[in-house]
This record gives sequence, C-alpha cells and structure tokens, in this order.
Amino acid sequence: MTVITDALCPFCGCLCDDLTIVVEDNKITDVKQACKLGASKIMGHHRIKAPMMRKDKNSEFKEVSYEEAINEAANILSNSKRPLLYGWASAVCEVHKKGILLAEELGAIIDNTATVCHAPSTLAVHEKGLPSATLGQIKNRADVIVFWGSNPVHAHPRHMGRYSVFAKGLFSEKGRKGRKVIVVDVRKTDTANMADQFVQLEQGSDYLVVSALRAILSGHADVVPESVGGVPKDALSKLVDTLKTGKFVGIFFGMGLTQSKSRYKNIDNAISLVTELNAFTKCVITPMRGHYNVTGFGNVCAWETGFATAVDFARGAPYYNPGETAANDVLLRKETDAAMIIAGDAGAHFPADSVRHLARIPVVQIDPYWNPTTEVANVVIPVAICGVEVEGTAYRMDGVSLRMRKMVEPTHLPDTEVLEKITERVKLLRGE
Amino acid sequence: MTLNAILITGRTINQGATIENKTSSDYQEATAYCELNPKDIGILGISPGSRVLVKTDHGDVVVKLKENKGNPDGMAFIPMGPWANAVVDPDTKGCGMPGFKGIPARIEPTDKKVLLMKELIARYK
Repeated sequence: MTVITDALCPFCGCLCDDLTIVVEDNKITDVKQACKLGASKIMGHHRIKAPMMRKDKNSEFKEVSYEEAINEAANILSNSKRPLLYGWASAVCEVHKKGILLAEELGAIIDNTATVCHAPSTLAVHEKGLPSATLGQIKNRADVIVFWGSNPVHAHPRHMGRYSVFAKGLFSEKGRKGRKVIVVDVRKTDTANMADQFVQLEQGSDYLVVSALRAILSGHADVVPESVGGVPKDALSKLVDTLKTGKFVGIFFGMGLTQSKSRYKNIDNAISLVTELNAFTKCVITPMRGHYNVTGFGNVCAWETGFATAVDFARGAPYYNPGETAANDVLLRKETDAAMIIAGDAGAHFPADSVRHLARIPVVQIDPYWNPTTEVANVVIPVAICGVEVEGTAYRMDGVSLRMRKMVEPTHLPDTEVLEKITERVKLLRGE
Repeated sequence: MTLNAILITGRTINQGATIENKTSSDYQEATAYCELNPKDIGILGISPGSRVLVKTDHGDVVVKLKENKGNPDGMAFIPMGPWANAVVDPDTKGCGMPGFKGIPARIEPTDKKVLLMKELIARYK
C-alpha cells in the first residue's frame, strides 16, 4: 500500500493540493480531503478499453490497434481543409503544447472549453486588464467576498473552505466570522443561502446592475432609478457601502456573467467597477474557472501563439477573432470539415446545431471516457488520465502554476504520445 | 397547460460528479431534469417527478420535472449537458459564446419518455 500526501486534484479550477491518496496494487482505493467532484474523478469510472473505429456513424465501433487508429486520425486531419482541434481543458500543459504544434502543422483552428465558459472573460480582459490577486492573498486578506453569477457550493465545493468564505489566514484569523459574504444571482442558489446579503436580479440584467453600482459609487445616485434589474435602489446603495468600506474585497464571477445577455460586456463593466472601487479600498476580481487546467491552456496558447484561445492557423500565422474563429462559430457556419476532440466533450456541451454538424463530418476523439462525442466519432483513441496517471503542469484559476502528480501507472498511452504520433504521421502524409 | 418561462442552464454537484460517466443512469438522473418553483409547477398541474416537454425556438427535449424553491417565478433551470443543449440558443452573438442562459421556453406536461444519452445524440445523426 502506498499513501500519497499533498496530491493535486484534477477536477476544477481550485486545483486543491492537499489530497491524500491510498494506492493498492496500482489501484486507487481511497481519496481523502477531496470534494465529491474530485473524489469521483480520482476514484475513476468505466474506461474505453481500446482504440475503436467505424466508417458509418450509425454502425458499431470495431476495436483496432493504436497504430491503426492514429494513422486513420492522421488521414482524416491531413485530408481536411478546415480542421478544428477542440477541448484540452482536462489535460496538462505538456499536452497543450503538442496540440498547438499539430494545429500549426495542419493550418487548423484550435479552441478550448473556455469557448463555452470564460472565453468572454478573456475578451473583457483585453479591453480592461484584470485587477486580480492570487487565492492566497484573498484567503489571507479579504474581509468582503462576492460571488456574482457563480455557485461554488456546486461547482467549486472547496473554494469557500480553502480560499474565500471560511478560510483563516494571516489577517483573516476569524475566518467566516470576520467576513461579509455577498451573492448576486438570478435565483436563490445553495451559495446564496449561505450569504449575509443576497442580491437577486432579473435574468440578463447584470450589465444594468453593474452600471447602477458604478453610478452610485461615483456619486451619481441621483440618476439611478428606484429599481434596476429588479433590485431596489436601497439594496444597491447598501451593496456599494459594503464594497467601499471593506478592507479587501474579493469578487468571484461565473457563467451568470459570461453566458447571459451582453456576454463579455458584463465582465468588462464589472472590471471597471473593480478598478473604480480601488480609489476607495483594495478590490480584486477573479473568474471561477471550471476545468482544472482550462487556465493552463489559455497560458500555453498565449505564449505559443499570442492568443489565449480560438486561434486560426489557416493563414499560416495565428489569427484570432472569437465570433468568427471560436469552435461554435465554425461549426454553426458548417465550415469545419473534420474535427479532433480531445480532453473536452463537445458532444455534451455544445448546442444541438453544433453537434449536428459534428455528426456530419469525420470526428477523431481522444479521451479516456465514452461520452456524447464518442457517439458522433469515427476514430476513438483512449488515453491515460492526466493528473491521475500522468504528471504535468496545470494552472489554478488565479494563474498559479502547480505540478500535477502521478498517482498510479497508466493503462493507456498518454495524450502527448498520441499527439506526437499523429503529427509525425501527418508530416509523412504531406511528404515533409 | 403550457408555462412560458426563461430557461437557464448551469452546473450542479451531481452533474459534476458524473461528468466522466456520461453513459450511466446516474448522469441522466443528474442532468435530464428541469427545475421550477412550486407555484410554476402548480400552473402545470402536475407533480415533481412527472415528465415535461421543454420547447424553445431551437429545439425540444423531454426531461423530468423537479421542484426548486429558489427559482423565481417563470424561471426554469436544466443542468448543463446534452438534454439542456437540445434547447439552448446556438447564436454566439459575435463573441464565440452560445446562449446557455436566458432562453425563452415553453414547458408542458408530456407522456413522452426521456431519451437516453445515446438516443438523444442519435437524433443529430
């Protein structure tokens, strides 16, 4: 029996690094300290046994060798005029690097799961920057915590205990008792039930409410109507007072802002509010990133190509324009003529029309698990699980890079090796 | 009776805990449902656990009805996943992000069955 202490969790952007893993005969038998999400992933689920292929998407898969599957994947991608390489967030940075090299070789579009998550936040950051802090700073200093359009009780279960609401730190030794917790949301979530102040707004009115807060903060309460987005002016003024008088305010935001009407403009406006609050106190803002290494893909892609996501190599040089080059844009325009889906599940998490197009074109899937993408795939290549069977670098939601540890020996090839072999084969097919 | 609602989709703890196990009945249990508040359920005249047909301009899907007292009147919530995505708005509004929240929906009782993940995706082939 081996006991691994201080192991990292490969589930959400919290990247908890205090797990204890018990391993017996190369099998994980116990996970301690993890939340339900992390424990479930680490304890494992039914895996795809061997590579599989089929020509007709309505027929059954046939098991094949890795070599056959990799060669067919390379055929599909090298025959494509407009390939899309999508996913990446459930893999370590070493995989991202290989993926970007393949995208460049193919002249492909490479996009990651942020496209249905926090990519609008990236657009806002281009406009306004990101006045942020590490989760360590927030744990040690914050006395006001805001969750806006974010429900950590469900999506980031240990966030409140480790970094924000309950965490005790150097200047926050009282933990929960020393903090004011505000939740802004369209419905009373389980996180809202734990808040000191719950601000319930009408769906899609976030931009208006942020604008009203900015007006009140800058001394123009007179122009604010009696109710904005369903929130009474008094509640907005009370919120501004709480934010202004906090010693250190940490705002966390989620899909309530990025996926609602106004998309990235909501975040753009929220960042402006944070900047203006810094005239009165210290205030920081942090996106609640979903997958454990979606932040890592953004970093690797930015230093390799100059852009964080939705990068189009068709011109021979990186080109980026979400709205034109993001995964759903090219699928909905039926422009993509072959796709490779890796460490992400477009079949489950894209709108029906995008999945409908994936069902019409050749699809290569690289993933440990059978999921809706498998249902529309032609070639399926099972791989080792990053962060459980493969070590590597991942970035926490605050941009801190941490080293994921290997807990057990892999039973399948790692993503990096599969990508290297596909790239080699593509080069061979192109006579390079 | 048909209820007009605004649909939002999003994460839940059970959706997350089964996300790597999407062929399981646990995943379907965790994601193929629609939450309304008790007042809206009353308008439909059926009880939680019954099936509802959720229709939008972008598609339709049958899911189980659940009660959530935290939802305001006229708000429906379906956990993110293939059932929710059968009815979300694909328009990326010029910034790459489809409309996963704030979709006008019509909800009505139905006798049709909830499709399995495999059957749901087969509709797209």
